[in-house]
Amino acid sequence: MTSHVDGNILAGPLSDLFRFDVTLASARCVSCGKVAMLAQAMVYVQPKAYVVRCSNCDDMLMTIIDEGDATQLDLSGLVWMHVPH
Amino acid sequence: MSDVTSELQDNGVAPASAVDTTVWRVGTVVSAERESTSGRSLTIDVPGWGGNLAGQHTDLRLTAPDGYQAVRSYSIASAGAGQRIELAIDEVPNGEVSPYLVEDVMVGDQLELRGPLGGWFVWRPEDTGPVQLIGGGSGIVPLISMIRSRAAANSAAPFRLLYSLRAPEDAFYRGELERPAPGLDVTWLYTRRTPDDWPRPAARITAADLAAVTIPPSDNPMVFVCGPTGFVEAVADALVGLGHPAARVKTERFGGA
Repeated sequence: MTSHVDGNILAGPLSDLFRFDVTLASARCVSCGKVAMLAQAMVYVQPKAYVVRCSNCDDMLMTIIDEGDATQLDLSGLVWMHVPH
Repeated sequence: MSDVTSELQDNGVAPASAVDTTVWRVGTVVSAERESTSGRSLTIDVPGWGGNLAGQHTDLRLTAPDGYQAVRSYSIASAGAGQRIELAIDEVPNGEVSPYLVEDVMVGDQLELRGPLGGWFVWRPEDTGPVQLIGGGSGIVPLISMIRSRAAANSAAPFRLLYSLRAPEDAFYRGELERPAPGLDVTWLYTRRTPDDWPRPAARITAADLAAVTIPPSDNPMVFVCGPTGFVEAVADALVGLGHPAARVKTERFGGA
């Protein structure tokens, strides 16, 4: 397994898509139910993608894939996100 | 928002809403200084930058002549208002971006930056509680920004830093850290080679080290840990083992490239 970094790194890439600081949003993992801020998730950085995994169960929370002319955002590992104002 | 200076908060940093942190801005390198055998700090003037909180990072983008782009995140060593920011970069051998920033970039060169970014791994001058900083290698960068922010605000918050290095010559900001402001306590730890006559033999950081030289859980410190992934993993696990609530241990791991 390649080494991961923290969800903090998502602040820039996701600022292209969301109006709020996604790293401060808490989210619930579909797989284990753990609620944590996205800043605390584990992020595996690939050349054209970020794979975000739950720090508790290691299952996928989201993937962000740069397709060049579009971004593919897979949120199937999240039940919900709680976004502070 | 055309005049962000009228929007500054008490800490001199423009509120997030006043500055568009999502756009890429062109910055110019205004100074470059060798920090260690493999690291260098760069001061970059970024018109439109709205200041930053201690601990935040920036995304840096390089574009090759053929259009290929590489983006990396770097912690910011400076904090507060103004459009000049300082980064400190450690060279990752065979990396795609860091060798260029450490070896090649010159004063006057331009770089694209976006930010400041991230609201999680930050310290604010209005936080008065005790703070434990634990840095491994170039993981000192966001921590020095907190130390500088504390000094600039004349904060009385008790700060302790534990700085883990492979060898003495790997230190960033040694001069600054050897003359700490009152209320800042600095402990140096070496993992491969120590200075002469150093009491602790070179060895990786252990739970016993953390118990001996960091603020105990009973004082309920906020703990910031930054460094390579393995270092952060080991330290964060040991801190929780010592009784620190996981929510009081904030981490920033860096991969490297």
